[in-house]
Amino acid sequence: MDSHSQVLERLRTGFRSGITLPLEFRRTQLTKLLALVKDNEEQIVKALHQDLAKPKFESILSEVEIVTNDLHHAISNVATWIQPEYVPKNLATKLDDCFVRREPLGVVLIIGPWNYPLQLLILPLVGAIAAGNCAVIKPSEVSSATDCLVAELIPKYLSQDCYAVVRGGAEETKALLQNRFDHIFYTGSQAVARSVVQAASVHLTPVTLELGGKCPCFIYGRINIQAAAHRLVWAKYFNAGQSCVAPDYVLCTKATRDALVPALTTVLEEFYGKEPQKSPDLSRIVSARHFTRLMKLLEKTKGKVVIGGQSDEHDKYIAPTVLVDVEEDDVLMGEEIFGPILPILTVEELEKSIELVNRKEKPLALYVFSDESSVVKTTMENTSSGGFCSNDGIVHMTLPGLPFGGVGASGWGSYHGRWGFETFSHRRACMLRGWALERLNGLRYPPYSDDKLKWLRWTTSANSTCSLM
Amino acid sequence: MERQLLQQAKEAFVSGRARPLEFRLQQLHALQRMIMEKETEISTALKQDISRSQYDTPLLELISIENEIKLAIEKLAQWAAPRPVEKNLFTISDEVYIQPEPLGVVLIIGAWNYPWALTLIPLVGAIAAGNAAVVKPSELSKCSSLLLHALLPCYLDKDLYPVVTGGVSETQQLLRLRFDHIFYTGGSTAGKLVMEAAARHLTPVTLELGGKSPCYIDKDCDVRTACRRVTWGKFVNCGQTCIAPDYILCEPCIQGQVVEFIRETLLEFYGADPKCSPDYGRIINQEHFNRIMSLMEGYTPVVGGQSDSSQWYIAPTVLKDVPPHSRLMQEEIFGPLLPIVTVSDMEDAINFINEREKPLALYIFCSDQKAIKRMIEETTSGGVTVNDVMMHYTVSSLPFGGVGQSGMGRYHGKHTFDQLSHQRACLIRSLKMERVNLARYPPQDRRRARRVLFILLELFHVFVTIIMDMSVFY
Repeated sequence: MDSHSQVLERLRTGFRSGITLPLEFRRTQLTKLLALVKDNEEQIVKALHQDLAKPKFESILSEVEIVTNDLHHAISNVATWIQPEYVPKNLATKLDDCFVRREPLGVVLIIGPWNYPLQLLILPLVGAIAAGNCAVIKPSEVSSATDCLVAELIPKYLSQDCYAVVRGGAEETKALLQNRFDHIFYTGSQAVARSVVQAASVHLTPVTLELGGKCPCFIYGRINIQAAAHRLVWAKYFNAGQSCVAPDYVLCTKATRDALVPALTTVLEEFYGKEPQKSPDLSRIVSARHFTRLMKLLEKTKGKVVIGGQSDEHDKYIAPTVLVDVEEDDVLMGEEIFGPILPILTVEELEKSIELVNRKEKPLALYVFSDESSVVKTTMENTSSGGFCSNDGIVHMTLPGLPFGGVGASGWGSYHGRWGFETFSHRRACMLRGWALERLNGLRYPPYSDDKLKWLRWTTSANSTCSLM
Repeated sequence: MERQLLQQAKEAFVSGRARPLEFRLQQLHALQRMIMEKETEISTALKQDISRSQYDTPLLELISIENEIKLAIEKLAQWAAPRPVEKNLFTISDEVYIQPEPLGVVLIIGAWNYPWALTLIPLVGAIAAGNAAVVKPSELSKCSSLLLHALLPCYLDKDLYPVVTGGVSETQQLLRLRFDHIFYTGGSTAGKLVMEAAARHLTPVTLELGGKSPCYIDKDCDVRTACRRVTWGKFVNCGQTCIAPDYILCEPCIQGQVVEFIRETLLEFYGADPKCSPDYGRIINQEHFNRIMSLMEGYTPVVGGQSDSSQWYIAPTVLKDVPPHSRLMQEEIFGPLLPIVTVSDMEDAINFINEREKPLALYIFCSDQKAIKRMIEETTSGGVTVNDVMMHYTVSSLPFGGVGQSGMGRYHGKHTFDQLSHQRACLIRSLKMERVNLARYPPQDRRRARRVLFILLELFHVFVTIIMDMSVFY
């Protein structure tokens, strides 16, 4: 097994050789990555099931499909993305070529999490490859079957001179971060993110942080409660609530709550049957540690369980659970839940709910369910979050045109589609001047004078027009 | 004190008054008035700080600030508007767009070499994006710092845009506090400390740093014109410019010419004794004066070399045949010393550049389009100007920033606005069309899949019909 520095040396040499620059190389690698996913769909589904008891449907939808879509999108568009972007000029630079070149950064590091161990590792890699970089890929050791599979498959399909998988736990990751990279892309928790940024600061390495937070879900005003309940349940209990953009908690009035709880009961039964533990469509908690963490929350909460609450330690199973009478200072309102537990807070006025949310850290996503557009508008305009979605959950992150990322404590930077390409590129400003018009240049040379200054002000003004044109 | 000012700025931000476009425009207009009305005072402060000539002030600072403000005023509505994005079949009846939003309270740490431009241009973007901002000008440009502290509250909202003066200790205090973005202009060493401090609060940063910006002069180009342009860029502000051409790379056969053309140009610009020219500046302080003088130790300049410690004056100086490993070639000069390093050809120059840290700017003087293209493609840098120096800075539609050790992030024009905004991804759906959603709900069995396929086909048919109908009109 190569040491970190050997791996990095190999990748740096690969990058320096210029092999990742041509469009053909990038498209070929992306096509090979597509083949990796398509050829090994069965093993991928199996590994995800081993790690998270992820149902085949969820694996296909949220891991395989989302990755293949982004790959198709990148393969079709990378030729356009790498074109120089010509920009508007002022009079002094009218005859010059002014454009922005997208250039690769070098050797980047991608650290993936365990909850969507394929998607959240490969989607950044798509952007990195499209942008012409080499990459060290560090899957999460917590989702160990996927970790193993990724380590086996990547070298089989992608160029070993340009892309390498490094495995290990917290210690190995810490050691890996001592090295110098040209960009670090981290998906995970805030606590670890701080140490990633600190390590990056030593080398002035730019970072992208995809973190989490408590994504609030407002339900106010006139509402089709059945439709809302369907979408809420789907978004919350997908992957057993272990999604960075899962609705973490609900805010609504007492009346809405009283209509919502029976609707949730109906939908949960519709989705997972009378005994959810037997449903093949419900995932499990990833590890004993996280199971214990969630059970402790259920123990300490002052809220009342109205749906679910059952668990099975051996199976790492927690039933889809809903609690009411949860207050702002409840233990469930502390850290991100990241599990199949949905607290409902009763707040009569939308404004007070907004104030509550604004007292907390900016979340990765914010949801509003309402048939009244004024409710949607008010909530959106008075809050901040990575992304915003009304009358649904999670799906905003499946659109390649939208940047996916956080703000404040939920993260820094974004990706998906073209945004991933931009994240891993340097936008180099280029100006190509000619030799002529040296007299015009003379305006800026000493010895200075009032006249020269007047002319210069005019020619460099952003909206100067020229009667010669 | 810093904590209190931040708290006030935060409260003012939370009150929402920085958000409406009218307010932002009003503040930008006020800033514009400040620049126009106080030009004389600003010039005087700069003269005292860094011996800036009367003309260099508008030329190098005020014109660019004015242009940035004008552009922001003109384009604000457009920049702040929601930006629609492409939809797919499932979101065809939804609104999908990116909404730029303010971040909150931004910390702007300015630099001493262009104390007004490097502090106010980021502020223009911060205001345009709807943020509050704590402005910390550099204490090394003391008069400018004090003047800004006195002026800004007379024109702008006092609570939203406080100015903090002081030195290292005050800056450290500020960096302990939590901001929503930190915009820092300065050296790489301090840049690392800023990023490290920002890590604690997970605050994103923009770092506009420096480095050694190489300047390659090809033997087959118009060397005389190249030297005029290089001379201007190098010695303006006495070499204290982050994008000044730091050193020249050329083949030995033209080194002599380069020296002579620079000498000629210097005579034209500053006269026989630059010390007497009103257009030639001084070094900012004793520490930097000593630093720059010590870089010259052991080398005999071919042009200039004179100095006067009492005035912090160093003559425009050129040194030739400088060895690559010399101290002159290790750190950013940031002064009026221009070393020439010889290379055997363009390829040698490219290797030389690539062996070193990525610079903030790269300058290429060459008449061969193919060679220019090659050099751009085989190197990297924050920005490039070909056949001139520094001019890429002046086009606000070009992003200005570094890469690697020369910085992270970019600004100028709309780029500042974007850098200091959060681009919030928005999907506005309705609770209708629930049938389409059935595709994704459990239980996942074959009956459901068939029904979904049917719905998809139905939807596709509707979509195609709409397109066909629309095409009838064209």
